[in-house]
Amino acid sequence: MTRYIVQRLLLLPFLLLVYSFVIFVIIQAPPGDFLTAYVATLSASGTSVSAEQIEALRHTYGLDQPFVVQYLYWLRNLLAGNFGVSLEYHRPNAELIEEQLGLTVALAVMSFVLTWLIAVPAGIYSATHRRSVLDHLLTVINYIGVATPNFMLALILMWIAFAYFGISVTGLFSPEYADAPWSLAKLGDLLAHLWLPALILGIAGTARLTRIMRANLLDELNKPYVVTARAKGLREWRLVLRYPVRLALNPLVSTIGWYLPQLFSGSLIVATVMNLPNIGPLLLRALVNQDMYLAGGILLIYSFLTIVGTLLSDIALAMMDPRIRMGA
Amino acid sequence: MRAPSIASDATVSDVQVTAAEERIAVASNWQLVWWRFRKHHLALFSAGLLICLYCVVICPAFFATQDPQRTDARQAFIPVQTLHLFDGGWNPWIPATVGKRNPVTLRMEWTTDPQRKIRVSFFTRGEPYRLFGLFDANIHLLGATDPTQRIFLLGSDRLGRDQWSRIMYGTQTSMTVGLVAVTLSVIFGVVLGGISGYFGGFIDLVIQRLIELLQSVPTIPIWLALSAALPRDWTPIQVFFAITVILSLVGWTTLGREVRGRFLALREEDFVLAARLAGARRMRIILRHMVPTFLSHIIATSSLAIPVMIINETSLSFLGLGIRPPAISWGVLLQEAQNIQTLALAPWLLIPGLVVIVAVLAFNLVGDGLRDASDPYSH
Repeated sequence: MTRYIVQRLLLLPFLLLVYSFVIFVIIQAPPGDFLTAYVATLSASGTSVSAEQIEALRHTYGLDQPFVVQYLYWLRNLLAGNFGVSLEYHRPNAELIEEQLGLTVALAVMSFVLTWLIAVPAGIYSATHRRSVLDHLLTVINYIGVATPNFMLALILMWIAFAYFGISVTGLFSPEYADAPWSLAKLGDLLAHLWLPALILGIAGTARLTRIMRANLLDELNKPYVVTARAKGLREWRLVLRYPVRLALNPLVSTIGWYLPQLFSGSLIVATVMNLPNIGPLLLRALVNQDMYLAGGILLIYSFLTIVGTLLSDIALAMMDPRIRMGA
Repeated sequence: MRAPSIASDATVSDVQVTAAEERIAVASNWQLVWWRFRKHHLALFSAGLLICLYCVVICPAFFATQDPQRTDARQAFIPVQTLHLFDGGWNPWIPATVGKRNPVTLRMEWTTDPQRKIRVSFFTRGEPYRLFGLFDANIHLLGATDPTQRIFLLGSDRLGRDQWSRIMYGTQTSMTVGLVAVTLSVIFGVVLGGISGYFGGFIDLVIQRLIELLQSVPTIPIWLALSAALPRDWTPIQVFFAITVILSLVGWTTLGREVRGRFLALREEDFVLAARLAGARRMRIILRHMVPTFLSHIIATSSLAIPVMIINETSLSFLGLGIRPPAISWGVLLQEAQNIQTLALAPWLLIPGLVVIVAVLAFNLVGDGLRDASDPYSH
């Protein structure tokens, strides 16, 4: 088990290296570099910069170097924990990202927890009460849940809340807590605001997981060991929860690998629509304003979160399934 | 007298059963798939719906009532107008909306005036357009009988553009993006997955690692970064193709894996060995013997991939980094609904979103039906 985890952990830096190169290629792709954008902002505000000054700046930032050298510069800085300085905010990128990283992870994790809390019981109910009214209702909800884009659902809920209840459901904190230091009350306030975006973010996944759970459990419920247990007089609830559910959960665990990363990157859209403090909107702004090193830093963080998500699922799966653990 | 009649009944039904069985036994695989699919009523209905949508894709101008780019600041935020078909006999009309500026909020408020009727007619002459880019035409499905008047079946947006017509053109873009992106994914997936599964060894290893790498990419952020990297001066057509390529870049991996799995399983089958012993060339074995056995499966999988692509395109465009105005797609239309104050004022701006949901739902249902039908021998 330990060997397996160590093996996977050793792969992590290598993957990040590959990603960092791909990301650098992408952020370098738009025409012009960040100095062109910087000079444009300066001249827009009335300051003129001479060609020599630009050349000097270009040299200081290493922008006159070949592509690979620039990449190595960037990589070296990254390894030292230096993500560069944001053009737009005039602050270190690492600081900007750090401020919102916690809430980004919190949103995805809460969404993940909500998904499982809803999907597993719903799947069990649907499978044990097959063709009941609620089962059909859940199927319909599932189909619509999968078909509705995240941002659409967020828009509809925000519109209903605003138009009919006169409340605004954007942001993550009430005004009185926004700048307050962390306390239990602030945490409570955060949770009170977080559940709705988390639910919106997780709805498609919940629908999909409910369907998987239902199908898995239906397969298990027809097996002879269930009939035997029932014939022996085991109470229905105990029987279902104890054996078939446990087996049906197994394939569900393997979905974590794609689901958790999907939540991280999907939170971008929900956070943008609902105006949440999240690295998603930050990335969007950085991309639109060509604040390329900030964008690169955030993309790298996303890649890191994605890899960690996959890793966690691999470990969970290995813990549940000895065949993987033993390397068979 | 009774016994023989029962006996003869039995023989008749026996004969019928065998006839039906024989029909099944000699039916081609595609026929079996179709028979199975036909039983799935919801999927059949959805397939009909999709055919209607693709009719719109072929010629949105015919279904549009007017030019989708025509603006008129004095006709902004007009609510949905209902089409009435009868006015003492067949005489379709639409009640005119009259605007009055609210003296307090200074906002235009539209009320319908049932007394003033705008006469409309089907298959009427209106805005000229080019059919399939080949013929000049000016017949529209529906339009005001008096071409100087404008009708707003689904309301108008902040620039006074007709939402109905815009949705028609948006349907063309969004549905095409889905189809083209999936076609590209299928080509990549089948070719690379096929190579990987058929040849195995080192090539297989490289392609598998590539798939793993692509599958662990944070999709939405990377797509956004890629679309942000597209040159600003590209034409809408270029952007459109770039977006489809970007979307299929990750989309092919699932299919690639599946195709590889099938190839690995089929490689050892007797009929492949037989074909090889009979001296068939490699390409012939792949294309004539192996691909047809899982073609229906590929079709089912790709029909389930189209809605995912549509949602992705819509999300990208909604965030402002996909298809860009003046091009119209469902996501571009939904950008108008981004502001919650505007939305409270003009909730009909969410209608394009409903179209997205219906289309995606239809694709999913058809895909599910096809998936069940694609293996007609299962029960």
